[in-house]
Amino acid sequence: MEDILKISNVEKYYGNKSNLTKAVDNISFDVKEGEFVGIMGASGSGKTTLLNCIATIDKVTSGHIIIDETDVTALKGNKLNKFRREDLGFIFQNFNLLDTLTAYENIALALTIQKVNPKEIDKRVKEIAETLGITHVLNKYPYEMSGGENQRIASARAIITNPKLILADEPTGALDSKSARQLLETFEYLNEDLKATILMVTHDAFTASYCNRILFIKDGKIFNELIKGNDTRKEFFDKIIDVVTLLGGDLNDAL
Amino acid sequence: MLFKLSLKNIKKSFKDYAIYFLTLILGVAIFYVFNAMESQQAMMDMTETKKQILDLMNNLLGGVSVFVSFVLGFLIIYANKFLIKKRKKEFGIYMTLGMGKSGMSKMLLIETILIGLISLAVGLVVGIFASQLMSVIVAKMFEVDMTSYAFTFSNEAVIKTIIYFGIMYLLVMILNTFIISKYKLINLINASKQNEKVKVKNPIISILIFIASIGVLSFAYYQVTENIMNLEFNQFLGCIVLGIVGTIMFFYGVSGFILRLVQANKKLYLKGLNMFVLRQINSKINTTVFSVSVICVLLFLTITIFSTAMSLNNIAKKDLKELTPMDIQIKEYTGENETRSLQKVLTDSGLNMNNLKDMVEVNEYLIDTVLTKDVLGEKLANRNETEFKYHLEMPETIMSISDYNKVAKQYGNETFTLNEDEYLVTADYEDMIKYRNEALKDGVTININNKLYKPKYDEIKDGFVEMGANHSNTGLFIFPDKALENIKPAHRLLMANYNANNDEEYKKIEKRISDIRVDNVAIGFYTKTSIYDSAVGLGAIVTFIGLYLGIIFLISSAAILALKELSDSSDNKERYNTLRKIGADEKMINKSLFKQIGIFFLAPLLLAIIHSIFGIKCANIMLSAFGKSGMLTSIIMTAILIIVIYGGYFLLTYFSSKSIIKEYE
Repeated sequence: MEDILKISNVEKYYGNKSNLTKAVDNISFDVKEGEFVGIMGASGSGKTTLLNCIATIDKVTSGHIIIDETDVTALKGNKLNKFRREDLGFIFQNFNLLDTLTAYENIALALTIQKVNPKEIDKRVKEIAETLGITHVLNKYPYEMSGGENQRIASARAIITNPKLILADEPTGALDSKSARQLLETFEYLNEDLKATILMVTHDAFTASYCNRILFIKDGKIFNELIKGNDTRKEFFDKIIDVVTLLGGDLNDAL
Repeated sequence: MLFKLSLKNIKKSFKDYAIYFLTLILGVAIFYVFNAMESQQAMMDMTETKKQILDLMNNLLGGVSVFVSFVLGFLIIYANKFLIKKRKKEFGIYMTLGMGKSGMSKMLLIETILIGLISLAVGLVVGIFASQLMSVIVAKMFEVDMTSYAFTFSNEAVIKTIIYFGIMYLLVMILNTFIISKYKLINLINASKQNEKVKVKNPIISILIFIASIGVLSFAYYQVTENIMNLEFNQFLGCIVLGIVGTIMFFYGVSGFILRLVQANKKLYLKGLNMFVLRQINSKINTTVFSVSVICVLLFLTITIFSTAMSLNNIAKKDLKELTPMDIQIKEYTGENETRSLQKVLTDSGLNMNNLKDMVEVNEYLIDTVLTKDVLGEKLANRNETEFKYHLEMPETIMSISDYNKVAKQYGNETFTLNEDEYLVTADYEDMIKYRNEALKDGVTININNKLYKPKYDEIKDGFVEMGANHSNTGLFIFPDKALENIKPAHRLLMANYNANNDEEYKKIEKRISDIRVDNVAIGFYTKTSIYDSAVGLGAIVTFIGLYLGIIFLISSAAILALKELSDSSDNKERYNTLRKIGADEKMINKSLFKQIGIFFLAPLLLAIIHSIFGIKCANIMLSAFGKSGMLTSIIMTAILIIVIYGGYFLLTYFSSKSIIKEYE
């Protein structure tokens, strides 16, 4: 499998010389095509900053982020926007759906921004809704739907553009456990059946147990790495708990 | 401490306050300018007639000012409510830190006082300078020489402005205290989290209401234009109410209707951010139906009042020169019982005839077999058209051909000849000409003393005898001298020029004539000067009142829209951030913001323009007695006013919104 994401020596500093905060401190790792990678860490560990850098929402202080042979740290202005809308898909903790638009329109918006042919948009939205089992809510507004449905709409919006990489920031953070499980099964389906590459940030061990591989971050550095391999999810979950315990202190509250 | 906090608050939220400030300053400045008119230097050196008109104007402006202060008062209270709403979270923090409600009220009090003082001071300074400019306009309108310019300043107007605005600010303070006292901490803290529920209306109901609104508006339009002459006053008011109801219904339904329409066209709907823009507008207009309707009505009033005032001004002054070819016209009404000539009457009243030259004296006749219904012919008279309906039973004015030609020669108008059995008609009042032409084409014959006369021409000839400010000759019938022998004249007219070599002498004669007292004879003096002055004065009055109300309404409506848009900008900020995250670039976002604000500003304006087309038409029918004038210049003036003020507010709103949504979280 090819590397879809290559992160090399990425650093992100905040503040000035006298009071420097290294939010991301020299991190390097790769993500291969078709992988489902989790990044775990306590609040303040730098995981969201890292994700924002990959998402091109934030700029790195030094280092390179290469997504499918494009160095996104070198992109600027419209090229950056074009890259973001065509090659990346986002799923956020608070869904970030537009409250004035229906579910259908929220999904379609990702395509209209790319100026896709209207006929094709309609077809693709209906297809993806079918696959994710959200056809029955397509004409509802976000406030009329449950959190789980909202997040699945957001997932549909992220995947419909066929991005090279889907970035998910605490996607289960605002969901109850049943909706969270449903969403994670959706992710599994996206990953296994639709071959989507997913990079997910979470501090929840259960959510993380759905990944193939987990990177643990502490104080801006990679602290540990876990690979699911042939483990069952239960076994993998136990291993995650062990690392979390080992990390100690801060992350305990994440359980 | 509170003072410091208040000061900081104002500084910090200056961006939010900018439009509020601007509106206050404009309001104060305009209020001052129109109330300071009296003291303007241009007003000092004027004739009696002009002074009287000015007094009337100042009284009217004073009355209008009271009305204006109500409009501005509502505007300020409304705007203030918005700004307070925006700061809920801030108040929540103060409360959790232990500041009591009285503390917050005091803080708001200080803020209001500061804002009030600053806006009053700046507004007055702007107003004082603007009023210098105004005096140039006044001088031009009243045709006064501004040979010696002096800076004017009106104490009275300053005091009046301060009192009126002081009361408004006081009301705002009371209201603020009241609003604060109702706040609950939990709501304040959660203010930003409370998501405004998107009001979704049943699209079918929206469409039905929209279609119904078109029906209601069309009916009201028809009634106030085509059918206006058959309406009683109460019915007319009913039509206005219908218009307002129709407007509200229109805005209730229009966005749903257009949304449906565009949704049906997938190509348009699924293009770029169109979908987003439409939904934004839809949700905005849905939640603000009432305000948008109010704005629409205000804009309609602005356009109609301003352009009608402008065209009245044009009418008043248009053909003055041509219509007052001589210095004075004296008309005597007692007619049949008076045996003296008009000149003799004047001499007997003590006027030395040496004061006048180029004198022409003529007679006018009214004959009871020559009524309007007779001269229009049966066919036309039975049609009962509005233009002549009310004077069918009135006698027409008649003059002999030799008298008419005497006058025409003096005026420089065309002279005519008539055969023994012929008559002709002159007129210059357009609406009547087309009916008279029809009658002449039909060859309607007229009977005087059992002799029939037929028309010499099959159309109206241009001409007039009586001087006035407008083309008001609805028809003057001219017969051979023989036809009028043995008939006693109803009126006698004397036209003359003043025997004056310079301005001073001219003024002296004018004075002498205005001092004449004639006993036992009904007599009217129409001097060129008085006709000029009242025409110009009337023009000035309507222009200034139109300008005053027009600007105030325009500012009010634009300010409400701007504040509404900006108060939504924090919600919008989140929405635009989401768009950015899913890859929309700045160009697309700015375009969509521009479209959104543009449509929000345009929607009420467009309906207001349609309203105005009918409103102006209606005003023209009602005011047609004053004569007609091309609407083009007044429409251009109105358009300029709207583009500058309304367009200015639009741009300001756009740029402020742009800078608000630009900030990343």
